[in-house]
Amino acid sequence: MSRLNDANVAIAHEIIARYPRPKSALIPLVHLSQEQNGYVTQEAMKHVAELVGVTPAEVLGTASFYEMFKFEPVGKYVINICGTMSCALLGADELMHRAEHRLGIKPGGTTADGMFTLEHAECQAACTEAPCLQVNYRYRFRMTPDQLDTLIDDLAAGKLAEEIPPHGTLAKVRQHIPADRAVGAVRPEDVNEAPVWMDGKAAL
Amino acid sequence: MTGSYAHAPGYYDGNRPKIVTSRFEYADSYTLERYLATDGYKGVRQALSRPASEVHDEVKNATVLGRGGAGFPAGTKWGLTPEGVFPRYLVVNGDESEPGTYKDRLLMERDPHQLIEGCLIACYAAGLSRCFLYIRGEMALAQERVAAALNEAYAAGYVGKNILGSRFSVDIVLHWGAGAYVVGEETALIESLEGNRGMPRLKPPYFPAAIGLYGQPTIVNNVETLANLPWLVRNGAEAYTAIGTKTSPGTRMVAVSGHVNRPGVYEIINGTTTFRDLFYGEEFCQGIRGGRQLKAFVPGGGSAPWFLPDQLDLPFEASQVGPAGSMLGSGAIMVMDETTDIPAAALTLTRFYAHESCGKCTPCREGGTWLERILTRIVDGHGTDADLEQLIEVGTSICPGDFPHASSERLGLSAVPFPYKMTTICFVGPSAYAPVNSALTLFPEEFEARVTKRTRIPVTAVGGE
Repeated sequence: MSRLNDANVAIAHEIIARYPRPKSALIPLVHLSQEQNGYVTQEAMKHVAELVGVTPAEVLGTASFYEMFKFEPVGKYVINICGTMSCALLGADELMHRAEHRLGIKPGGTTADGMFTLEHAECQAACTEAPCLQVNYRYRFRMTPDQLDTLIDDLAAGKLAEEIPPHGTLAKVRQHIPADRAVGAVRPEDVNEAPVWMDGKAAL
Repeated sequence: MTGSYAHAPGYYDGNRPKIVTSRFEYADSYTLERYLATDGYKGVRQALSRPASEVHDEVKNATVLGRGGAGFPAGTKWGLTPEGVFPRYLVVNGDESEPGTYKDRLLMERDPHQLIEGCLIACYAAGLSRCFLYIRGEMALAQERVAAALNEAYAAGYVGKNILGSRFSVDIVLHWGAGAYVVGEETALIESLEGNRGMPRLKPPYFPAAIGLYGQPTIVNNVETLANLPWLVRNGAEAYTAIGTKTSPGTRMVAVSGHVNRPGVYEIINGTTTFRDLFYGEEFCQGIRGGRQLKAFVPGGGSAPWFLPDQLDLPFEASQVGPAGSMLGSGAIMVMDETTDIPAAALTLTRFYAHESCGKCTPCREGGTWLERILTRIVDGHGTDADLEQLIEVGTSICPGDFPHASSERLGLSAVPFPYKMTTICFVGPSAYAPVNSALTLFPEEFEARVTKRTRIPVTAVGGE
């Protein structure tokens, strides 16, 4: 089950073809597997290794470096509360305390019903909107502890299902390069000439 | 008119020249339709009707300083590629994650076509045959907006084979990160793009322009830097340099956060706008919250040594901020009012860098964690005098010699100019020490009180009561 399904294998091949070297597709494919399974399974890593032509250990080696990849099941909604300076100056700790009490878990934990995972996050690039948090990487700005309660209620009641997909799905829009418009990826060793437009004349 | 836009959270415009935020007022600013209705893709058309070298010279003459942090001029960077070595690549650094920084995400979410057009101009001018647009993994909306924009642009003939019917062809490939601050360092970004752990490469070579992606010449440019190019090509280098100062031309996006009345993202005139203008100006942050006094501020992202009210009149100009003991970095300013607990505030930054160390260099991997633990102990009220010495000892093992800091009239301190020496490959290690050194040097009494009296222990950094 946790190998990539046929539809995702087709997407995987499309992604791999965009890079001059297949290994560059490793991180996007691990994301794809996490989108399918909710977390990164051993079977999926073996499958990604086959697809890009490296060993499963190399896939784990790379993937384990990155925080967004989870190697054990996490909640349907991963709540990341930012705790870096701007957010801390405006109440991130208060937000975290409320979340801990409300969900009955510490950062890193998952609720028994599998709905929520709570995480302490570092700067999320929304510093003027502090304190901020993300639910499955969707932002909530200038949060108060009471708003956090409402957010958790809404998530539990399924009210935000349309906006916030289950953990693993990142962008809901994928890049697609039409075959007739693509320049195509070439291995670097197969090119040694300057691009045609570098001949000192205008290209248009 | 000045205003803020609900669809561009945090952004405020004003009666100032706009180069990169000119479309933010439109709710549909991210669509191809709006882009084309507002001079979109005219810059690349103009570029393609001139030889590539002329476009390169135009960018060089405009001295577009890199907006990612180091401030290296883009045109000069493009010229560092070795003669006759191909293929060459463009890698766009959209891994914005420096504490305090909020601008690239806004540019990707609100005006993705402007970024795409900037990429095309860079590829054309510098002979780069493939572009990889690396977006931070946690930015789901930015990924969606850029993916949708690329799909539109491909379908309309602005990206891909024979762009606008010309001889110029380039693919732009959207690539997602997966959560690692250090990947913002350009060689780590390249490692990550090659499918590896995002660890910075040993230097030299100092610039991936010589040896980068797949060992080929590679230009790594920041999102905001590239977003400047369409306007620049449409209006020319002369119009660009007419804004700002000679050494810092154009505009800059800055994010001011923390204890100000109106935290926000502002496109300011480079080189002349001062920190005082920004914090107290009516069109900017409108003063410190609750009418309180300013205590300190971080002028250029979490990595930057802190400034005091003594430095308020410095302009946004690297040649003045550097000698004063800090850097402009990524245009991220964090403001602390008089009620801020300084050791606790410093800890929030040091914890960040300790957490984000990739583990390649020992001084950073071990030192960052030590700094975090010692500082936590002090903040929690269990620190001793020896801890203060230990902080400095660990810090100097990451950055030997005098660490840059601001001057303080109150303490009779003169400034130590930027930059520092370092025993690590990249800036993550020194960045863990920067807040500690600033806090210890500029507010020694807060640490002394904490280790001797062990009185009231604040729980958070909020202050304010």
